[in-house]
Amino acid sequence: MSVELDVFVVNTTIMDEEVYQLWLDGYTVNDAVKVRMEGGVLEGCDASAEVLHSDTMDQYRTFQMCERLLHSPVKLANQLLFQIPPHRQTMLIERYYAFDSVFVREVLGKKLSKGTKKDLDDVSAKTGVTLKSCRRQFDNFKRVFKVVEELKGPLVENIRKHFLLSDNLARDYAAIVFFANNRFETGKKKLHYLTFQDFAFCAGQLINNWTVGALGESLRSAFVFSDNMVEDMDVDLEKEFLQDLKELKILITDRDLLDQHKSLVCTALRGKTKAFNEMEANFKNLSRGLVNIAAKLTNTKDVRDFFIDLVEKFIEPCRSDKWTAGDMRLYLTHYTNSAHVLDTFKHQVVWDRYMGVIKSCILKMYHD
Amino acid sequence: MPGKLKAKIVAGRHLPVMDRASDLTDAFVEVKFGNTTFKTDVYPKSLNPQWNSEWFKFEVDDEDLQDEPLQITVLDHDTYSANDAIGKVYIDIDPLLSCEAATVISGWLPIYDTIHGIRGEINVVVKVDLFNDLNRFRQSSCGVKFFCTTSIPRCYRAALVHGFVEELVVNEDPEYQWIDRIRTPRASNEARQRLISLMSGELQRKIGLKVLEMGGNAVVGYLQCFDLEGESGLVVRAIGTACTLDKLIPGTESKEPVFSEDPPHPLSVPPTPLRTLPSSSSPPPFSPSKPCSRQSSSSDTDLSLTPKMGMGSGISVGKEAGPLKTLLRQQAQSALEQRVHFFSDPVYFQEFPFFTLTCFPPGFLVHIGGVVSARSVKLLDRIHNPALGNTRSYKLLDWNSVAADEPETRDAWWEEIRQEIKSHAKALGCHAVVGYSESTTICEEVCILSASGTAAMLNPRFMREGSVCVYSRFDDASPPSCGFCHIPYDEFNMPFPAQLTYCYHCRRQKVPDVLFTTIDLPAEAAVTGKGCLIQARLCRTKKKAQGEVNATAISNLLPFMEYELHTQLMNKLKLRCMNALFGLRIQISVGENMLLGLASATGVYLSALPAPGGIQITGKTPSDLSYDQHISTMQKRINDTIAMNKELYNIHPLECIEEVVGSPIPDRQRSRLFRSTSESSDELSELDLSHGKKDAFVLEIDDTDAVEDIQSLLTDAPMPAGFYSCNTEVMPGIYNWTSGLQMFTSVRVYRLSNANLTNQGLNKIFTDLCENLLKSLYFKLRSMIPCCLCHLNFTVAVPEEELIQVRRHTPKHTSPILYIFPKNILVRSGENEEQLQFSMELCGESTSSNNQPTAKPSVSSVDYGSFADRCSTWLELLRLKAHTIRRGSVKTKVRSRSLRSTRSLPCGAPVTVVKMTPLSFLPRTRIVKYLGIINMFFIRETTSLREEGGVSGFLHSFIAEVFAMVRAHVAALGGNAVVSYSMKECVFMENPNKNQAQCLINVSGDAVIFVRESDQEAIPPLIMSGQPSTTGADGTT
Repeated sequence: MSVELDVFVVNTTIMDEEVYQLWLDGYTVNDAVKVRMEGGVLEGCDASAEVLHSDTMDQYRTFQMCERLLHSPVKLANQLLFQIPPHRQTMLIERYYAFDSVFVREVLGKKLSKGTKKDLDDVSAKTGVTLKSCRRQFDNFKRVFKVVEELKGPLVENIRKHFLLSDNLARDYAAIVFFANNRFETGKKKLHYLTFQDFAFCAGQLINNWTVGALGESLRSAFVFSDNMVEDMDVDLEKEFLQDLKELKILITDRDLLDQHKSLVCTALRGKTKAFNEMEANFKNLSRGLVNIAAKLTNTKDVRDFFIDLVEKFIEPCRSDKWTAGDMRLYLTHYTNSAHVLDTFKHQVVWDRYMGVIKSCILKMYHD
Repeated sequence: MPGKLKAKIVAGRHLPVMDRASDLTDAFVEVKFGNTTFKTDVYPKSLNPQWNSEWFKFEVDDEDLQDEPLQITVLDHDTYSANDAIGKVYIDIDPLLSCEAATVISGWLPIYDTIHGIRGEINVVVKVDLFNDLNRFRQSSCGVKFFCTTSIPRCYRAALVHGFVEELVVNEDPEYQWIDRIRTPRASNEARQRLISLMSGELQRKIGLKVLEMGGNAVVGYLQCFDLEGESGLVVRAIGTACTLDKLIPGTESKEPVFSEDPPHPLSVPPTPLRTLPSSSSPPPFSPSKPCSRQSSSSDTDLSLTPKMGMGSGISVGKEAGPLKTLLRQQAQSALEQRVHFFSDPVYFQEFPFFTLTCFPPGFLVHIGGVVSARSVKLLDRIHNPALGNTRSYKLLDWNSVAADEPETRDAWWEEIRQEIKSHAKALGCHAVVGYSESTTICEEVCILSASGTAAMLNPRFMREGSVCVYSRFDDASPPSCGFCHIPYDEFNMPFPAQLTYCYHCRRQKVPDVLFTTIDLPAEAAVTGKGCLIQARLCRTKKKAQGEVNATAISNLLPFMEYELHTQLMNKLKLRCMNALFGLRIQISVGENMLLGLASATGVYLSALPAPGGIQITGKTPSDLSYDQHISTMQKRINDTIAMNKELYNIHPLECIEEVVGSPIPDRQRSRLFRSTSESSDELSELDLSHGKKDAFVLEIDDTDAVEDIQSLLTDAPMPAGFYSCNTEVMPGIYNWTSGLQMFTSVRVYRLSNANLTNQGLNKIFTDLCENLLKSLYFKLRSMIPCCLCHLNFTVAVPEEELIQVRRHTPKHTSPILYIFPKNILVRSGENEEQLQFSMELCGESTSSNNQPTAKPSVSSVDYGSFADRCSTWLELLRLKAHTIRRGSVKTKVRSRSLRSTRSLPCGAPVTVVKMTPLSFLPRTRIVKYLGIINMFFIRETTSLREEGGVSGFLHSFIAEVFAMVRAHVAALGGNAVVSYSMKECVFMENPNKNQAQCLINVSGDAVIFVRESDQEAIPPLIMSGQPSTTGADGTT
């Protein structure tokens, strides 16, 4: 005797969150049954493994049928096929779009193309995330990317509106989209110590300060209407700003200015940190590093290397000199502020816009 | 007299991509009613078209309005080739024809395609302007309200209950017409869907006419069924109870209790004495002449091709299954003669004094006799259809019109059965049958017609105005809580030997020791402890045969099956220490080489009935010591189980023996009643010899069958803590419901292997299947504890042997067969011409596999055969521990209110939440309006079974789609719930070798608007204006 057909359909769809997670994690039905057995669901129930298997199958089928709807979460709310209470819908969407940080770290900044998708089995092997789950997460990234790519307006808001995600998750997706669009290099060995959250933070800074969308509502509308530009406002860095950054070169090319800047910073720092000597010795190198990064950002290639450059040109030297996080904060604060005092330096606004982001990114990235 | 039907197509959404090149669709809509068709413009390149059409107006006869559905077809415009159909929506106009139901159908409805399922949604508005028709000879019956609910619907009161109405219409099944060989599966499915829709419309219209003739204005307990008889045709039949219903004025319904135990008071009857008064009302004067019995059932064989075989037997429960028939007839006869006067009330003059209701206004039910049932085995013949040459677009044939010269008609068959039921009821001293239902089971050309109900005495006051009510004594018979238990028959001419005692409640009248009924527990009944679901399951093998031989074999088996089912029920009842069954439903299904019987009922301990005796086991070979030991251990296990169940169901009857013996029974009566009194005084624990007379409770284990019985008794797994289940509307003994409810449908199909061909083996398997299904339910619903599964309704089918059997390691004998429904349909499932014919010729031949063994290498060696268990029910959460911690899915009252508030936020779900329940009410809510009957029929077919997730995936999505369509239609009517929902038919056929499957589902229910009590409390201003008294009344519950 064998069960040929076994279905269980309810009017208000019942979903077990545990099974949903197992499904999302890419477990096969049999593996999921095993995990549930070990988890002790059957305790206190007079039920056999068969019952558990049938229950798991039912739920898996429901999830599979829901998956199509989850691809456009707005549809989930007005579809008629499943009657799901709103709070459950939210849960379904949020969990479906959740991702493993180990996985996202692997594909962050990569082109969300078929080629990358083909390599997912390697990623799966490396991260221990099942291939199925990798694919789902990858497809989620790609889907969100495709939808918001075409849209005007603030990136995070667009994601939240079209995918009904929570604020935090929408921000993470904004970061992923932003990285994918600008193809930031994150896979180099030197960057391995950085977590997804570090990058997400930096992406947030870049989106909020360096893109067209960052200019604020009034400016933006003027901008859009006057230039009739087709670029994505939140996804791409503002071209004009990048051009302006070239002007900062004067800080390192003008010897007087460089010396003046150094002495101002050193005066301010003296006696406040143990690493003062190293700071003083390395000032010119470090300053050159930061300003050169700024000057090169008009090149798409150099934009990609933004993070690796930050690490190589700034973070690593500081780390080898054993700066503490406090040292770093102190140094960057004075480094930024001192430039305002330089009377021949005319690019204060651009400098602040640049250094504000650089400072918070470096502080976030400065850890082991 | 014409009416004007107006339809407007507003918009579509989520349409499928029909043009691969552009990933878009150029959609337009055809609106068709009768032979008139309108079209909208093409809305180019959009998956969310906005047609915003004009009003399409159809001027039609109201007769057509009742028969025809409005047919909306969404198509994709194609310049170069034929337009592709996206899908269809059928809209039943009927709810718009009654002024008290819905006024407009407006909303998003799923676009359905029989091959692809739901493909997007369409927003339509439909209205009807109806002109009043006063023509006496009209053919339409607009305005007659239909209710699936088997009680007087809330917000109505029954002014009069007229009685039984029935009708059937017959037609050729389009699936079997010659044209089906050349048309696509889609066309064939749609023809079938449309035909059935037309037939149900016509059926409803005709029943409506009958109701109008009787002077009624509504049909309650409307039960419509399809018989897919394969080549011999398609029968749609319906039964119901005609009533005159008055809408309750809001002010008066404040007294209306919330739960269905208390239906609205019909008539302004002075409040009947309630359970607290033991016997203040005087006993009806006819009591001394009352007889007694428990069940009467029969299985009669009538082969349509042979002279009457006359094999039938009345079975008294617990007695030898022998041919008691003669005896029974004699007893019944004499009982009848004695009380001819007894039947001279209005009910008796009806041709069939049957009522499909299961729940009655207080005072309606005077006495209950017991279950009456009749079955008959028929051979299907091709339905003679003279309307074939008719030029109408569809060929409907009312069988009645040609019945005169065709003796073997379906109508005549049912007539016979009904007569038999009627005579059984008479034998039980009853003049009416309540809780009446009819069903069929078909296996190839053999068809079993069954009818069952509960014989009862009714209060004639409800029947007919102006009719002579000579026996006014009924008026003061308005019973105390025990009245319905009292025997309606003559104590000295009992149709069956039974033990009578004085009622434990009023101590004045006789009650039987056990009561079986098909109705719900009457509201006034006093119950001790809680109820529970009791099932008897049985499998019997039979030889594979054809035609007449097969029918004879089946009819010979039937009485034995009924007997065994009753024995099982009785034993299980005793084991649970209960004494009455409600909602009894016995289903017998036929397969090619087996018969399946499944009886479900809700057991309760009625306080008015005597405590049940225990179960005693005796052996016939007492010499063997180890044997005795074996018996005594078994006896101990049984006694332990009884004790445990008493605890579990909280059965602690107040009465004890001393009271009974010492009760003030007049000497005269005591002496007469000596035997039964002494017996009823047996304590459960003392299993003395006096039990010897109670045959039902003694199990002799001298043969394997009996061992089997005992085993099955004890293997019934107890329910997990926190669960309750019953198959009636309300769970006896539980009163604190929450408004959170969940309806589910579960379908299982099992494949049997050859090894279990014996009766015992099959029985074991069958029992296990049912138990497993229940366990599975308990497991799935564990997060909702404490919860009660109400209206748990099992359906079993033994599908036929399918198509091809590939055997590699060939079993010795022919394989067991179990399939779902007529094999011809099964084979057909949407193949093209050649294959179709090929399979048709082959099917049924078990050797057919030999013809093409290589073609299907992937099929397992196991033989084909499967069981299908279907069960649909709803779940009711109890408030017992509403504040103990529960998991997320449980809605406590508080939770549901907070949910509501989130919904009301602008960003909330735009889809109306529609509740579905097989119950006639929604706990803790009030139904404010009935919007009309929902009766939908769907066919779904696939030719890519594997791609859709196999049979389970296919059926799962189909059932989900059916739910979605029901919900959408209810929402479009303006409703927010379906009550009395049931899935009448679920026929599943598959052909895995061809990657095909087909499924037919028929669902019905009543669309309603309900308001939560909490809503009324929360937003009093809205409700208060209309119904000032409601809030106050709710507060008390």
